[in-house]
Amino acid sequence: MKLSDAKPGDTVRVRKIEGSGPTMRRIMDMGITKGCSLHVRKYAPLGDPIEITVRGYELSLRKADAATILVEK
Amino acid sequence: MAHSIALAGNPNSGKTSIFNELTGSLQYVGNWPGVTVEKKEGYLKNDKRFVVVDLPGIYSLSPYTLEEVVTRDYLIDGKPDLIIDVVDATNLERNLYLTTQLIETGIPVLVALNMIDLVHKNKDKIDIKKLSDSLGCPVIETSAVTKAGLDDLVRTSQQIIERATGHGIIARFSEPIEAALKEIENLIEGQVTPESERWFTIKLFERDVKVLERLHLSEEILANIEKIIVKIEEELDDSSEGLITNDRYEYIETMIMGCYKKGRQTGELTISDKIDRILTNRWLALPLFFVIMWGVYYIAIQSVGDFFVGSIEWLFEDFIGGNLATFLTSIKVSPWLIGLITEGIVTGVGSVLTFVPQMMILFFFLSFMEDCGYMARVAFIMDRVFRRFGLSGKSFIPMLIGTGCSVPAIVSTRTIENQRDRRMTIMLTPFIPCGAKLPVFALMVGAFFPNSAWVASSMYAVGIIGVIISGIILKKTKPFRGEPSPFVMELPPYHFPRMRGVLRQMWDRGKEFIKKAGTIIALASAVIWILQSTSWSFQFVETQDSILASIGRFIAPLFAPLGFGTWQVAIATITGLLAKETIVATFGIVLGLGGGIAEGDVTLLNSIGAFFTPLSAYSFMIFTVFAVPCVAAIGATRREMQSAKWTWATILFQFGFAYTAALLVFQIGSLFI
Repeated sequence: MKLSDAKPGDTVRVRKIEGSGPTMRRIMDMGITKGCSLHVRKYAPLGDPIEITVRGYELSLRKADAATILVEK
Repeated sequence: MAHSIALAGNPNSGKTSIFNELTGSLQYVGNWPGVTVEKKEGYLKNDKRFVVVDLPGIYSLSPYTLEEVVTRDYLIDGKPDLIIDVVDATNLERNLYLTTQLIETGIPVLVALNMIDLVHKNKDKIDIKKLSDSLGCPVIETSAVTKAGLDDLVRTSQQIIERATGHGIIARFSEPIEAALKEIENLIEGQVTPESERWFTIKLFERDVKVLERLHLSEEILANIEKIIVKIEEELDDSSEGLITNDRYEYIETMIMGCYKKGRQTGELTISDKIDRILTNRWLALPLFFVIMWGVYYIAIQSVGDFFVGSIEWLFEDFIGGNLATFLTSIKVSPWLIGLITEGIVTGVGSVLTFVPQMMILFFFLSFMEDCGYMARVAFIMDRVFRRFGLSGKSFIPMLIGTGCSVPAIVSTRTIENQRDRRMTIMLTPFIPCGAKLPVFALMVGAFFPNSAWVASSMYAVGIIGVIISGIILKKTKPFRGEPSPFVMELPPYHFPRMRGVLRQMWDRGKEFIKKAGTIIALASAVIWILQSTSWSFQFVETQDSILASIGRFIAPLFAPLGFGTWQVAIATITGLLAKETIVATFGIVLGLGGGIAEGDVTLLNSIGAFFTPLSAYSFMIFTVFAVPCVAAIGATRREMQSAKWTWATILFQFGFAYTAALLVFQIGSLFI
């Protein structure tokens, strides 16, 4: 499934990062790489973006960008 | 020649604090040639043989953001003698990701393991010896708060440079990737220096466009490199960039496992987590945000700030202005020069400086909010709203600063990585009414809407609506069209800010405004005073026969469709383009009441009635909200856009928008009234 479909409280593992160019590189540079585990903390009050814990710190990204990250539980 | 030490690190790693501690007050700010990133340099506190260069905060050395490119270019072309890599010790994994890339450049690296006090507080343990051994470079624990390790950092830097040691151990990737890298390395042998070979090889493997352009490799070599990359991409089913990133993080994970022990149980809530639960709560986040902002403005503008405004007005108008006139008369300076100095310059500058206390208080709170981590949450909360019209949550911070002064607001857009978002934010931030526009509103409201305080407040709503409409319009134009930029932002833990840092930030922003008062406003006030007191034949005349009046008469018809086509108002509009602060003073001058008049003055309120109807007064306020704020803001736009074309586009857009909006309000309003 896509990271954008995960619920707050879910802990998921990254399977693949789709997309290309600056956005994909940025996502990976921030530590979201294949096989790493992500914890979905919450959605912003207006429903977007989402906040996740990755490699021990908090990161926010938009749902549209989260949709390029394929994860499994 | 001085040795150069580059300071690199992630944003929020405390790099700026370390820089300030290392250089003390011996620093100067410059701009990177050709790009819009500021460069700070300073001599080492007790040793002028060393220059410290503060590089922009970055997460990686990818070719995609301006900050990263600037850093890369400096490291590769500037060849500093040493890189001090400031690492946030509470966030080792992601910070070391940059460290491994810095080591690859072949420049000696010294790791400052910063915020070590927080690590101790969390009861986490880092084995410094092991970390240093795995990285192959010295690691020193530092804290800008307790000042721990700073002397050691300086001493070790000097040693490394003198002995030319400190080359780190480069990260090793998995077997097939190393094999591919080796092949590429052989192809480019001799084209780059041996120290930087690893860095160039990896960049070529990542298909880094900037490096490809730079190396001028032959078609044959390029084709061969591409073949090597494609082969391994198919073999391992991932892009070459993905392969390197994955392996790099895996390398770091292994390294950290050996030297880092977490003290706190995972899942346990920290104080920061608890604060965040409230501040970004689904239901409470927005109400809390509005309450906090209301509180900030109440203190800055209404209560405390207002007290200081009165004192400064007195200081300039009565004390300095009065005594200076007496003094100048006593030494027999000619009356026209006394007029120029006291009525023109002192009053003009004074009228600007009256805003300084309010602005400083406002900037203090905004800097505090930024430093403690709340601003990042504000961007997080507001992103959804801003994205709808082509901006991002990060555009919101400049707009808040813009309620004080557009100049530091334009400068603060630097935190927006995406060029498109940044340009649009620079163009639209001045629509938010700044402190200097308020007296104009106060004057108009006092004269035409005396019992409707909401009219002045409505200008903020008008400004915001203007930003939204412009965002929607601009998004449809060619330079702003296309996919929205990614919004991938770190949310740093909340912490209580260091007062010195907050005060410095406040001063840096307030300084821009004071500088403007001393330079542009002083000059503009002098020029306006001369133009309004002389004729074309340079005779001293009454205002209505002056150069300024004839210019006003010439352009007045342009403003007739907006409802204010008299030469007096036309002049105020022109001087308003220089600086909005001068509008009230200009009215004072052209109405023959003197330039030192305040917006609440009864005679001014009465005499201005002849020039406006309530509708045209409102139209004039609308024009004031959107028109180019002042010369200083144009200067800031020019500096930040780094392009004359974009600066002109900004000026024309703002003027055009102001004209159209005022025209619509007046013409449509006329149908009903």
